[in-house]
Amino acid sequence: MGIVIVDGKEVEIGAHERLNGIQVAARAGIEIPHYCWHPGLSVVASCRMCLVEVGTRDPKTGQIVMLPKLMPACNTQAKDGTVFVTNSEKVARARAMVEEDLLLRHPIDCPICDKAGECRLQDYHFKFGQSERRAEIRPFTSRKRDIGDVFLFVDRCIMCTRCVRFTREITGTSELLVVNRGAHEEIDVLPELPLNNKLSGNVVDLCPVGALADKDFLYKQRVWYLRRHPSVCVLCATGCAIWVEENQDRVYRIKPRENPFVNRWWICNDGRYSYPVIHHPNRLRGAWQRQNGNVSSINWAGAIGQMVDKVQQARQPALCLSPFLTNEEAYLACRWIKQLHPQSTTALGPIPRQGEDERFPGGFVISGEKCPNRLGVEGVAYWFEQPPLRFNDLLARTAEGHFDVIVVLGGYIKPWIDAEQADALRRATALIVADVFPTPLSDRADLIFGMAFFAEREGSYVNRQHRLQWSARAIRPPFGSRCLGSVFWELGGMSGLYQPREVLAEIARTIPYFSAASGEIPECGVDLRVNQLAEQTVSTGQ
Amino acid sequence: MKPDSSEIRWVDESPLNMGERSYLPLFWDGLTTTFRHLIGPKLTVQFPEERHQFPDPLIYRGVHRLNRDEQGRVKCVACFLCATACPAHCIDIVAGPSPWPDREKYPVVFNIDMLRCIFCGMCEEACPVDAIELTSLYDLSGKSREEMIFDKEKLLSIYDQTKDQEPPGWLRGKREIEDLIELPQDDQDLTQDK
Repeated sequence: MGIVIVDGKEVEIGAHERLNGIQVAARAGIEIPHYCWHPGLSVVASCRMCLVEVGTRDPKTGQIVMLPKLMPACNTQAKDGTVFVTNSEKVARARAMVEEDLLLRHPIDCPICDKAGECRLQDYHFKFGQSERRAEIRPFTSRKRDIGDVFLFVDRCIMCTRCVRFTREITGTSELLVVNRGAHEEIDVLPELPLNNKLSGNVVDLCPVGALADKDFLYKQRVWYLRRHPSVCVLCATGCAIWVEENQDRVYRIKPRENPFVNRWWICNDGRYSYPVIHHPNRLRGAWQRQNGNVSSINWAGAIGQMVDKVQQARQPALCLSPFLTNEEAYLACRWIKQLHPQSTTALGPIPRQGEDERFPGGFVISGEKCPNRLGVEGVAYWFEQPPLRFNDLLARTAEGHFDVIVVLGGYIKPWIDAEQADALRRATALIVADVFPTPLSDRADLIFGMAFFAEREGSYVNRQHRLQWSARAIRPPFGSRCLGSVFWELGGMSGLYQPREVLAEIARTIPYFSAASGEIPECGVDLRVNQLAEQTVSTGQ
Repeated sequence: MKPDSSEIRWVDESPLNMGERSYLPLFWDGLTTTFRHLIGPKLTVQFPEERHQFPDPLIYRGVHRLNRDEQGRVKCVACFLCATACPAHCIDIVAGPSPWPDREKYPVVFNIDMLRCIFCGMCEEACPVDAIELTSLYDLSGKSREEMIFDKEKLLSIYDQTKDQEPPGWLRGKREIEDLIELPQDDQDLTQDK
C-alpha cells in the first residue's frame, strides 16, 4: 500500500500497482490533459501536455520537496509519498504554452474536420488554452493524403505518434512512421507499403485530432449528432465491446468500447465496418405465409397464431437455435416450446467458422468462430435437452421423417445453409423460419418471420472466454421486423413490454451455468466461470 | 392577500360631469383622429400591386440564399453548423468530398424546408464562411409542400437574383474595412485575397 498526494488529496495505490501520474490523478477525480499517452501503448512523453509539478514526501519527517522543473505525469511513476500538483499557476501556464505551440501550425478547418466535436485539441484549448492568438498566421486548410485504409490530413497532425506506436506494438505491422525532423515532422507510410491491416481502423480512434480520418465515415455526419449505445460485436466469438453510434435510427459508425477482459481498447475492421449489414435492403421486413407455393404477407399476430397451432398439433416438433440469438431469446424460445409440447426436441444451428484464430502481437484475437453466442445458446439448450441435437443430426433425422414441425430461429449474417440442407429440413410437414436475410431455407418455409438484428435488440451474449456481456438496443428494428425476444415474451404469457434483464435474472436463477449473471451486469461483463472456479477451489480445499 | 386586508385601498371611479355625460368631447377626439388619417400621409402599402420598401434590406430576414464564391461554386463547406443552430430543424444537408482540388468538403444536397423555417436568422449567425444569408424576399408561395423545400440549385439561384441589390456579407465587410481604414500599402494584400 502507498499514499500518493494529488492536489492535496490522498490517493491509495496497491502494493503491486504500476500507475503513472495521469492514472493516479484520474483516481482522485482530477483530469490531467494528455495527447501522446494512451494506456495501451508505450510512453514517449513527447506532447508535453501532461506536465505537472512533482515532488516527494519524506516518510519520516513528512516534509515535501518539489522538483524545480515540471515533469510529464505520464512518465512519472506514482510511488508511496509521490506528490503531484496539477492546479498551480506554473502548470496552467505550461499547458497554455503547449496549446499555443500546437496551434501555430494547425489549420483552422474545424468546420470541415470530422473530428470536430470530439477533438482533444479543441477541448483542451477551450479548457486550458489562452483566449487570444499572438501569432499572425493566416488560416489555411490541411493537405490530404491517402495512406491506405485511412486518410491522413497531414497538417492537422500534432505528432503524438500514437498511430505509429499502435502499428508497431499492437498490430506488429509497422506501416506508419515519422519522416523529417523538427517542425517538418510528418506521419507517413513508405511507398507501396500502405497502412493495410485488420486493426487499422483503430488509428482513427487513437488520433486525438482529426489527422487520421475514417474513409468510411468521412463527411457522413457531424459527431455531435450521434448518440452512442453500449453493444457487443457479433462478427466473431471474441465478442468485442463496442459503441453503436446512431442518429435517427441509422447507424453511422461503430467504435470500440473499453473492456480490459475482452478487447481492451481495440476492435477489428470487420466489426467496425459491419454496420451496413443492419440497413441492407435485402433484409426480411415482415411476416409471410406460403400456401400452395404462393407467398403472401400476413400480420404478425396471425403468423404467431399459426405457429402456435402448428407446434401444438405436431407429433414431434423441433426447435433449432442459431448461435446468433441472445441468451434471453434462446431461453424464452426453449421454454415456450417445452411448455407447449413437452416431447419437443431442441437442436443447435450450424456454427460458422472461417479459418483459425488470428492473434496480434498486442494480444488482440480475432476468433475463427464467426458467431457471438455459441456458448450461451449451448448453455441454454443443454438445460432443456441433454444433449441438444447437432445440426447434422437434425438434418438426418428430419430426412428420416422423425420431425414433422421444425422451428428455425436464424439471425446469421452470412449465408449459412445450402439448398440441399434446406431440402432435408423441408421433409417436415411444417417449416417455420425466423431470419434476417432470405436464405434457401426461408425460400422453402411455410411461415417466415423477419427478425431484429444485433443493434436492434437488447440482450446478453457469452463470448469464447465464457464472459457474458450486455448489449443495449441502439435503434428500432425496420418497420415490419420484430425482436424475437418480445414475441416469445408474449407467447410465454408475460405481460407488458419485453424485459430482457428480468429474463436474464430468471436464467441466472434456473441454469447453473449462468448463475454468475444474477444481479447487475457490469460494463465489462461477467465471467460465468467464477462460480465454477470457486466451487472447484472449495472442493479441492476440502 | 385577502379582499378585506387593510393594505388594499379601494378606489372608486369619479362620477362623470355634465360635459362628459354628453359624450361630445369624446366624439370630437375620435373624429380628429379619423380626419388626421384621412388627410395625412398614407402608410398602407397596396400589396401586391405595390411592394414594401425596406429602409435597409440587408437586415431583413426573408428567404435564404446560398452564396457563391469567386469562381461561382457554392460557398458552403457543409459544416452543418446552420443545421445545428436551426431551432426548427428545417435544414437538411448531405456532405461529401468536393470535386475541386482546392476545396475539401461541399454540400451534395442542401435543402431548406421553408414551411418549417421560422426565419430567425440563426443559420446566418452560425455560418463560419458567410455562405447562407437571409435576403429581403418575403413573398414566397408554393402549390405543394414539396415545392416549398428549396434545394441547393434554387437557393443558389436566389443568390444570382439578389446579389446586386444585396451584396454578400464578406464583400460588404471588405468594403466597410476599405472605406473605414486606410491600410498601409504592404498589408493591403492581406484583406484582398481573404
